[in-house]
Amino acid sequence: MPTLETTFASIRCINPFWLASAPPTNCGEQVMRAFDAGWGGAVWKTIGEPITNVSSRYSSVDWNGQRMMGLNNIELISDRSIEVNLREITEVKRRYPKHAVIASLMVESKRHAWHEIVQRAEDAGADGLELNFGCPHGMSERGMGSAVGQVPEYCAQITEWVKEKARTPVIIKLTPNISDIRMPARAAKRGGADALSAINTINSITGIDLDTLEPRPNVDGKSSHGGYCGPAVKPIALNMVQQVMSDEQAALPMSGIGGIASWQDAAEFILLGAGTVQVCTAVMHYGYRIVEDMADGLLSWMCQKGYETLDDFRGRSLPNVTEWKHLNLNYKIIARIHEDKCIGCELCYTACWDGAHQCIHLDRALPAPNTLRTPAMVEAESRSRITTTPIPKLGLDGDGESGPYRTPLARIPRVDEHECVGCNLCSLVCPVPDCITMERVDNGLPSETWEERVNAGAVAESPATSNLNR
Amino acid sequence: MSESTNFFEQAPDSPEIAARFPDLHPPFNKTAALTEANRCLYCFDAPCTIACPTHIDVPRFIKKIASGNLQGSAKTILDANILGASCSRACPVDVLCEGACVMHRYNTQPIAIARLQRFAMDALHESGAPLPFLPGEDTGKSVALIGAGPASLACAAELRRRGIRAEIFDARPLPGGLNTYGIAEYKLPLAESLREIDMLAQLGVKFNFNVSVDATKLAALETTHDAVFLGVGLGAIYQLGITGEALEGVTNALDYIAAYKSGEITSAPGRVAIIGAGNTAIDAANASARLGASEVYMIYRRGPEQMSAFAFEYEHAKQEGVKFLWHVRPIGIQGTEKVKALDLARLEVTPDGSLVPITGELFQLQVDLVILAIGQATHTEFLDSGKVKLERGRIVIDRMTGQTSNPKYFAGGDCTNGGREVVDAVADGKRAGIGIAAWLEGQNANA
Ligand SMILES: Cc1cc2nc3c(=O)[nH]c(=O)nc-3n(C[C@H](O)[C@H](O)[C@H](O)COP(=O)(O)O)c2cc1C
Ligand code: SF4
Ligand code: SF4
Repeated sequence: MPTLETTFASIRCINPFWLASAPPTNCGEQVMRAFDAGWGGAVWKTIGEPITNVSSRYSSVDWNGQRMMGLNNIELISDRSIEVNLREITEVKRRYPKHAVIASLMVESKRHAWHEIVQRAEDAGADGLELNFGCPHGMSERGMGSAVGQVPEYCAQITEWVKEKARTPVIIKLTPNISDIRMPARAAKRGGADALSAINTINSITGIDLDTLEPRPNVDGKSSHGGYCGPAVKPIALNMVQQVMSDEQAALPMSGIGGIASWQDAAEFILLGAGTVQVCTAVMHYGYRIVEDMADGLLSWMCQKGYETLDDFRGRSLPNVTEWKHLNLNYKIIARIHEDKCIGCELCYTACWDGAHQCIHLDRALPAPNTLRTPAMVEAESRSRITTTPIPKLGLDGDGESGPYRTPLARIPRVDEHECVGCNLCSLVCPVPDCITMERVDNGLPSETWEERVNAGAVAESPATSNLNR
Repeated sequence: MSESTNFFEQAPDSPEIAARFPDLHPPFNKTAALTEANRCLYCFDAPCTIACPTHIDVPRFIKKIASGNLQGSAKTILDANILGASCSRACPVDVLCEGACVMHRYNTQPIAIARLQRFAMDALHESGAPLPFLPGEDTGKSVALIGAGPASLACAAELRRRGIRAEIFDARPLPGGLNTYGIAEYKLPLAESLREIDMLAQLGVKFNFNVSVDATKLAALETTHDAVFLGVGLGAIYQLGITGEALEGVTNALDYIAAYKSGEITSAPGRVAIIGAGNTAIDAANASARLGASEVYMIYRRGPEQMSAFAFEYEHAKQEGVKFLWHVRPIGIQGTEKVKALDLARLEVTPDGSLVPITGELFQLQVDLVILAIGQATHTEFLDSGKVKLERGRIVIDRMTGQTSNPKYFAGGDCTNGGREVVDAVADGKRAGIGIAAWLEGQNANA
């Protein structure tokens, strides 16, 4: 039986599932309920000099009827006093000695201020410290949060100050609001950080109320750019985690954050090198109970794959991410429609015509292939057809060979294999699983990358680019 | 000529009928409509749209519900089908749009297209907004339309949008034909049909009621109008030709349905027999059950496999408690002043497929009401003079344009197809309206 136990930057963890520093870790009572539900660790809601919050604070992006595809907030760090937060940390650690409690900290960029808060958090019993260099709103206007995270020198400086004092592992939480996440990560590593966590929220405006013309979340008619998170940001977070973990000067134990809601999400972050994962939005949406399936599902996947520990697959996908110039230009795939699964929605057809390469056609029922028939012609033909209510008893199941509810041949699109460029689009829009598969074509060509082609002198490098590369 | 009508207010108000015939498919609320709208895949060249005789762009109007553009949604519907609200309630969608939905092959429920369509149309009506179309610039041409049923209404709307005057003549006191008087009240209440006609009347359609058009009247209209559209529907329901048919307590399904919908009948006697097994017969049977009959029998000379009603209508009738007597033929109606009983003969199918009575197998059913529903005759005698070509009493048309053998005459709906659905009549009327406009334009060009 595989185990989820793991060690992260010398912090022992009963599982890799931590609550991210956010409303779900506001207070001790919450954190204890979360541990009861199965969470392995909690990064406390960022502690610092208490602030005043505004209301409202959150807004979200819904998509096709699904709530909170992305969540945005303009709330600040903890609004409770440092004493109360630290006292509760002590209480939680006393009752849950095996669970990881990490103190997230943010104070003025002064050496003594950091020394003092580090001392107090560790005295309270925290297993580790996470420095919040990521908050993109409010705190940054006061020279904290992402105002630090965006300047590598500041990152290094504060990390150094903290390391002068800290006895527990120091985790630097990175902001994604920067053009190259590796720069602050390298700086943190230079400053002596023990670990990193990424990503914090992304600057955003979620939307505008079309009645009042005021943006959301609305604070007395105005809003401010807030931090974006939730399922929508996962791809961005995965990319940033990969960038850091593939960079020798930056890589450290990584706590992955951003849009994680399921065991699959967690597995993906771990495959790109994360040691633990942190969750906020999914818990804010559905509650602590979601961790049960995250653990259960991950274990069962590990069983299937034959992994005993998280280390067995940590970072296993990193070598598979490479620069574009190392991709095989001679690898050729084409779309194949499985007629038996096709339901005849023709979404692949319209997608290929309007969004790709015009190589899917509706000509199976025609006497000969016809690649010149446009979508407009197809629709015009249908609209001019006279249809009447079926005479009772000669209804849909009277369609002969195609049988009841089987897709008529005329509605099953055909891929022109010579023209298909293998872009994947049709298989992405097809609503039926495994109905369009992308299949390899043996073109007899050996692997060749762009770099190899350039090196072989087959392509002239443009002078502008070569200048830039220097 | 855009006088505003208010047929809706002339609808008889019968709380008793309203209570006995609540919506069979209750409307969606906003949340349910949104959830359902988001399920639609937005198919290309969607099969639901193809299956709809009026080719309503179904995914487009559904997408507009999802995006919150309800006015646009209703406009999309009305653009293709001027009776979009009535059709959303009256259409047998199981064998139309919803039957064609690809979701069936996804092994799941089809999109509830009819209820979404009703949602969009109800929203338009509730908003009080006018019909989202304007009459075209007056061309000076005018068309007489005979019958105020769905075919004529749809034809009139197309004509008005093209600036052609449309004058409708009908024998009844209110418009709509079977859309108003003939659809089961739990599907389409009489008042809702009128509400929708009020809306399309905003295009400036002229109505003449209580006018029976005979050969003489027709000849007159032909001279005063540039074209004539025949949307006269079908005629009376056939008689059985057996004894006792003239007794009190013998009626026909169409009169019966029209009477209860108008509130003239609000209850049924204890035992009712319906002769026939088509969709109209089922409507009459369900109506009697809801009007309080304790026993309702449907009497059909063949078996369930041959009944012409839709499968879902048959199921519905069973749920209403209707009993079916198969392979039985009425041979006489007993009673002195009023109906007392029905004499029935059991039939068997001979090897050549014909039905013969089984000797000695005669029995009697005690009934208080007999409703005939064995099909309608045509109503084209007034055209017998050879004005337009008929075939088995039906007017022969070119299906694309609705034009008859007489170029000045167009036709559509039940009088051409022998009796189909409201939506088929709307589609016919729409094609004819476009056909007439094109023909008049051609006349102009030649002149
Ligand atoms: C397949 C694909 C290729 C793209 N190629 C380019 C490109 O060559 N140049 C460019 O400026 N943007 C490119 N874009 C970005 C789009 O122009 C657009 O900025 C982006 O997709 C965000 O818009 P959307 O998500 O609302 O569609 C590409 C986007 C996609 C999906
Ligand atoms: S998208 Fe898939 S299901 Fe739809 S037509 Fe194409 S292959 Fe068939
Ligand atoms: S067939 Fe069904 S899923 Fe496709 S567009 Fe029509 S209603 Fe939507």
